[in-house]
Amino acid sequence: MTGTLDRPRTAAPELPTPRGPLSGAVVAALRGDPVPAVDTADADPYGDDLQLALHCCYELHYRGFAGVDDDREWDPAVLGLRRELEQVFLAALRADVEPGDDVAAEVESLLVEPVGPGVRGVSHHLQRDGTLGQLREYVAHRSIYHLKEADPQAWVIPRLSGPAKAGLVTVEHDEYGSGRPERMHSTLFAEMMVEIGLSDAYGAYVEQAPGATLAEVNLMTLCGLHRGLRGASVGQFAMVELTSSPGSERLVKAMRRLGCGPAAIRFYDEHVEADAVHEQVVRRSVLDPLLAAEPELAADVVFGIRASSLLAERMGEHLLGCWERGTTSLRTTPAGSAG
Amino acid sequence: MVEHRLGRPEPTRIVLTEEGPALVSGPVELELPDGSRVRSDRAVTAVCHCRRSKRYPICDASHRRKVRQEGREA
Repeated sequence: MTGTLDRPRTAAPELPTPRGPLSGAVVAALRGDPVPAVDTADADPYGDDLQLALHCCYELHYRGFAGVDDDREWDPAVLGLRRELEQVFLAALRADVEPGDDVAAEVESLLVEPVGPGVRGVSHHLQRDGTLGQLREYVAHRSIYHLKEADPQAWVIPRLSGPAKAGLVTVEHDEYGSGRPERMHSTLFAEMMVEIGLSDAYGAYVEQAPGATLAEVNLMTLCGLHRGLRGASVGQFAMVELTSSPGSERLVKAMRRLGCGPAAIRFYDEHVEADAVHEQVVRRSVLDPLLAAEPELAADVVFGIRASSLLAERMGEHLLGCWERGTTSLRTTPAGSAG
Repeated sequence: MVEHRLGRPEPTRIVLTEEGPALVSGPVELELPDGSRVRSDRAVTAVCHCRRSKRYPICDASHRRKVRQEGREA
């Protein structure tokens, strides 16, 4: 794995290697090559090919890709592909998530913390007996989101109004370091990556990230970019803020046990306290006023919570399953294919 | 103390939550009984009220209800 010196952190990443016909079509479109017809009928909605294809479409709205014209962001050919991919992904989530509209009960269930030796989870495993190699893999997976932490949720700000908007911005402001760039969570994450021997270059681990990892971040962007999914976006945001404090504490313990340095520990240490506050702000200053103003969004808030929980569980199972089999949870790419 | 734009000070708002911390707006400095001080620069700080926080006086969500799951791992 490489350090920080190969590329400046702000450089746009290379286009990843396609993983099938869908990502092949998107990469072709981004290169300006003729786009082959795609058939999404048999596509695995959570699979490597579709999720990478969607990831490439969405990255145009964040940092773009080296050698890809910025105008591709609004290229009808790319947007048309994106729409088809989104419909398959969203239809699968709607089918796999049980509908509900009791946000208070949903939040209550997230605030119960399972404890004891029977709890299965990535952070529990890493705290108990995970290896440094597994911890580094976990951080590499997480980098797809955390190097742009809070960005996908920023799309929802103009779709809200009044107190819910003010509440959400309070949390986002904290994620962005409250005006101090050195405290931005994405910066703290990058410093952690370097300290444990990973590259902090934006997109460095996309090539190695399986569909299960990309899907979690794609859900955030999907809900952020569609005004019609603003309730789901807030639900996804709430899920992360309500559940991450205890998990962060376990990761702090894992890092201490594995002898990681202060910059590594600082990221999750910051999240223990930050997310204990964010939990309160999200409940009182975002969810309550949002549902008072737009009660019809309740079902989508629950959908956002459950869909993000489902994808988080899928990703966690992938990691734990691979580690139990004694294999890496990252995709192993052929030599020289990483661009 | 936040200054009102007409020069009159606005009261400090502290939200007391039912199950957990007190929420205090703005940067705060907390003085503990032993005289030590803890500073928080967050827009909102959650001050532990239940004394269960391992980071007292700052809340760490330790007030949450815990449900024990017995070992199903070998």
